Amino acid sequence: MTNYVWLIPVLPLAGFLVNGLFGSRMSRKVVSWIANLTIFASFVFALVLYIHMLGTPALSEEGIHNILFPWLNVGAFHINFAFLFDRISGTMTLMVAGVGFLIHVYSVGYMAEEDGYFRYFAYLNLFMFAMLTLVLADNLLLMFVGWEGVGLCSYLLIGFYYTTKVASDAGKKAFLVNRIGDFGFLLGMFLLFYLFGTLQFPQMKEIILSHHILPELTTGLITIATLLMFVGAVGKSAQLPLYVWLPDAMAGPTPVSALIHAATMVTSGVYMIVRLNFLFQLAPNTLLIVAWVGGITALFAATIGTVQNDIKKVLAYSTVSQLGYMFLGLGVGAFVAGFFHIITHAFFKALLFLGSGSVIHAMHHAYHHAGIHDKDPQDIRNMGGLRKYMPVTYWTFLVATLAISGFPVFSGFFSKDEILWKAFASGHKTLWAIGAFAALLTSFYMFRLIYVAFLGNFRGGEKEEEGLHESPRSMTVPLTILGILAAVGGFIGFPRIFHLPNILEEVLEPMIPAVNPVHYLHNVSTEWTMMGISVAIAILGWLIARTFYAGESAKLVEGLSNTFSYIHKLLLNKYYVDEIYFALVVHPVKRIGEFLWYYIDVILIDGTVNLAGMLATCCGRVITLFQNGSVKMYAFSMLTGILILFWIFVG
Amino acid sequence: MLNTHLLSIVTFLPLLAVVVLAIIPGRQEKTLKQFAVGFSLVHFLVSLLLVVRFDSTVYKVQFEEIIPWFSTRFAAVNYHIGLDGINLWIVMLTTFLAPIIFLSVYSSVTKKHKSFLINMFLLEVGILGSLVSLNTFIFYLFWEVMLIPMYFIIGVWGGERRIYAAVKFFIYTMAGSLLMLVAIIYMYLQTGSFELFDLYAHTFSGREQVYLFAAFAIAFAIKVPIFPFHTWLPDAHTEAPTAGSVILAGVLLKLGTYGFIRFAMPLFPSAVKIFAPYVIVLGIIGIIYGALVAMVQKDVKKLVAYSSVSHLGYVMVGLFALTLYSVQGAMLQMINHGISTGALFLLVGIIYERRHTRLISEYGGLAKVMPVYAVLFMIFTLSSIGLPLTNGFVGEFLILMGTFKSAYPYAFWYAAFAAVGVILGAVYMLWMYQRVFFNVEPSEKNLKLKDASLRERIYLLPLLVMVFWIGLYPSFFLKRMDKSVEHYIKLIQPTTQLVVPDPTAAVDEGVQK
Repeated sequence: MTNYVWLIPVLPLAGFLVNGLFGSRMSRKVVSWIANLTIFASFVFALVLYIHMLGTPALSEEGIHNILFPWLNVGAFHINFAFLFDRISGTMTLMVAGVGFLIHVYSVGYMAEEDGYFRYFAYLNLFMFAMLTLVLADNLLLMFVGWEGVGLCSYLLIGFYYTTKVASDAGKKAFLVNRIGDFGFLLGMFLLFYLFGTLQFPQMKEIILSHHILPELTTGLITIATLLMFVGAVGKSAQLPLYVWLPDAMAGPTPVSALIHAATMVTSGVYMIVRLNFLFQLAPNTLLIVAWVGGITALFAATIGTVQNDIKKVLAYSTVSQLGYMFLGLGVGAFVAGFFHIITHAFFKALLFLGSGSVIHAMHHAYHHAGIHDKDPQDIRNMGGLRKYMPVTYWTFLVATLAISGFPVFSGFFSKDEILWKAFASGHKTLWAIGAFAALLTSFYMFRLIYVAFLGNFRGGEKEEEGLHESPRSMTVPLTILGILAAVGGFIGFPRIFHLPNILEEVLEPMIPAVNPVHYLHNVSTEWTMMGISVAIAILGWLIARTFYAGESAKLVEGLSNTFSYIHKLLLNKYYVDEIYFALVVHPVKRIGEFLWYYIDVILIDGTVNLAGMLATCCGRVITLFQNGSVKMYAFSMLTGILILFWIFVG
Repeated sequence: MLNTHLLSIVTFLPLLAVVVLAIIPGRQEKTLKQFAVGFSLVHFLVSLLLVVRFDSTVYKVQFEEIIPWFSTRFAAVNYHIGLDGINLWIVMLTTFLAPIIFLSVYSSVTKKHKSFLINMFLLEVGILGSLVSLNTFIFYLFWEVMLIPMYFIIGVWGGERRIYAAVKFFIYTMAGSLLMLVAIIYMYLQTGSFELFDLYAHTFSGREQVYLFAAFAIAFAIKVPIFPFHTWLPDAHTEAPTAGSVILAGVLLKLGTYGFIRFAMPLFPSAVKIFAPYVIVLGIIGIIYGALVAMVQKDVKKLVAYSSVSHLGYVMVGLFALTLYSVQGAMLQMINHGISTGALFLLVGIIYERRHTRLISEYGGLAKVMPVYAVLFMIFTLSSIGLPLTNGFVGEFLILMGTFKSAYPYAFWYAAFAAVGVILGAVYMLWMYQRVFFNVEPSEKNLKLKDASLRERIYLLPLLVMVFWIGLYPSFFLKRMDKSVEHYIKLIQPTTQLVVPDPTAAVDEGVQK
């Protein structure tokens, strides 16, 4: 069994190949069965393997190592197609395959009436292959294969509705911005290979633990290497300043947003740093930057999230913000807490996206029913009172909202609080304050969605209202399962002051050796106080949203946004970051290209050449005479040429 | 015969095709084309024997044939050919591409089929001959032979501005090769030999090396082409018929890079030490410049042509970084470029035949009307931008990593700037892809376009296989050039630590090999 770790990524790959090659000739039913079964099999196998691994002492320490075939062998550089199923990658695999499977099931209902059904499922399976390769890789280069692979699938799926410019622009933007990050990843990889002579995680860790690398000689280089790797993470996990692709990525089908742009792919930057924790611990300066980038991103994105009217855009900025929390956690040395937030965020954010998908699906049907084509089914201003028509969607969405806002016992409460506490306890009080304020905004913008979209009265016509209905079972069942997970998922990581077992920490702690330990404040009463503040913040956020958006108080918002119209406009336009990038990067690069082509290539170089060519025109004329298409003539001229050469040489 | 003269047979077999084609009457177009495809296929199968019998455990030249050809008072010339890890895969690429090209010719060439096919086979002999020659005289002979059929292919079967492009191509290449000829004669006068291995053993003085290297380097730089000698390329590519572009991009350009590793670099090692940083910088300029200019092209074919400038910049950087990784990567990248760019030219040819335009703005939404074609185009696009698990990634990665690890003072910055091409490559390719295949519902004119036909799929399939074969299992290819590359690095760089000396001092001393 332990020799078949590779099956976990390869099964969905097989699904991709079958669906991709023959899907156009198969029925939708067969296509969805193939896609769903392959990822389900991966999940079940991973689960069995996980239990087996934790139960076997030898395996639980080292992990299951599985070499498939040698990939690249040049000189001292040996890279295998090899997978490592250990405590970190195993846990991540369960989340990725589990949530991935639920979203596959959901997609069956969501995509039922779309064109390109087989294409969709083929891409989805290909994504699972790439993501699982990224997670299970035993070396950085194979991780990079998955890393670029998920980027490709993201590109393909964002641009799924490719005949619209919005979607294909968004796909391209995602790919290109990610490539900027990958550029850092590549250089980081080179530097690490230069330092360690290997790219395999266990070996690198071994070298560090046995002090084969003198820290005083290499700290500088390790700082550079980790910073370069972090550039990769910033691209993939949508942090400042490379987050701009993620909000646009919402042009893809909603389940894709849930899977790729909330639960799995965007967390791979965080995952990569957790995987390389032994390395990042050696670079305190890098960690400080990670923490600050994360913290500022968390706040920055949350402010934008408060005013957006597109339900998916709110969630997109929320994702950017939550990813910021994860980096904040990593940056203060709380690797387990960061990882914990990956897991809980996967549950509640996937749920939120799937819930929004369910809403959009319903609105779409309602408009279709009423024969309306020009209304945006994603605009929350067109919704209202959906609770009545879609109870399952509403309740699960509410659970996820409570989780992300950090209401006690819901999953997000544990993970977010852990991060904030660790930030505070490690002495980063400013970062804690930033995180806490972002938490307030989080709670606010989430409850704003609840009030505007689900409560109150429906803001459409009667005809539309008739068309509203709950989504099919293939969609509501995954919602329910994720709802349960979002509610209780936090129980895997109780804080110490609860005196309950912290399962996640027990599992991961052995994989995170204290190479360069961070000193945390240990004070039970302070920790309780801080937790109390977190809860108060969550409730405050809800109360503010309630004041502004519950019932008829919507007018208050209008007044407020008129008073602070500049700020409102700034936020609504996302601080004009896209416009700034266009003016400072996109446009100049294009102009430079045009300049080089026209002035350097055409005028300067070619001009010189043509001038020289004019002198040779007479020769050209002579040549043209011979160019009459007759083979005999050509053969003759060739022969003559060769003879002349002979004459020159041989004499 | 097959044992002792296999390499000669592979090299000259296309001449047999020329003879047969000459006999078949020009009116029987179908027979001519079928014969060309069939013959080139047989030729490829025969050449496979070279791979089968190739011994990857030695660096030495194999299938070696050395026959005194003629000797006069002034000169003795041997017919000396051989195969090692340096030229094996380029030879194979040539024979591999031939049947694919002839299959594509079925519809792309519309006049004078017979002479077109004859020219193509003659070109093949020229290419193969230059690749296997181990004698500078023979090499030069084949090098010139190659020029003529290519000139006609562009000049007779090309587009509207074909004469301009053909003459430009001719003059550029001729200017370079004349310099090379002078260098070859000079070397002969100094050593009394045209034999490459004798010349390797001879140590030219520092000053001689600088001039001789420059003469060879300019000839090869034009062929590669290295910035700023590249402006013949976009014109030649745009005007050449599809088959011409494929062979030009696929193999002909590689003769430039091959010339560096086989001739210019091992012959003049101390000149390499002086020039290497400059060549690397020119390579990096090529990568970035080619990409930026490719980005703003309005014609798909011209875009692909400029992308070649960018890709071959990588190869040059890899070769002159002179580490095992980077040179292996560069050697592999030569093959990769032949496959990916060759395929892209074929693909561009396919829509050109249907719509008779290559303007990007004429297209849009093609993914809807030509789904299979769109998928194929996507895969080769990804291979061109070096996505992992495709061939392009392996080459680029090895080049960049090797450059990073090289002993130059600015190695990190070389690698970093070269890696900018990774981003820019994605920019121009994906933007082009988006405008051709996505963005809008297909317009009236594009609505009736037929998807890739069976014949088109057949000739693209082998290229597709190669994309993933090299991407997934590059060891098969790397293993067979490993030993020779190692040997050549030693030839070029006798000491393991590369020290860049003061240029003027090196010229004066005449550094020992």
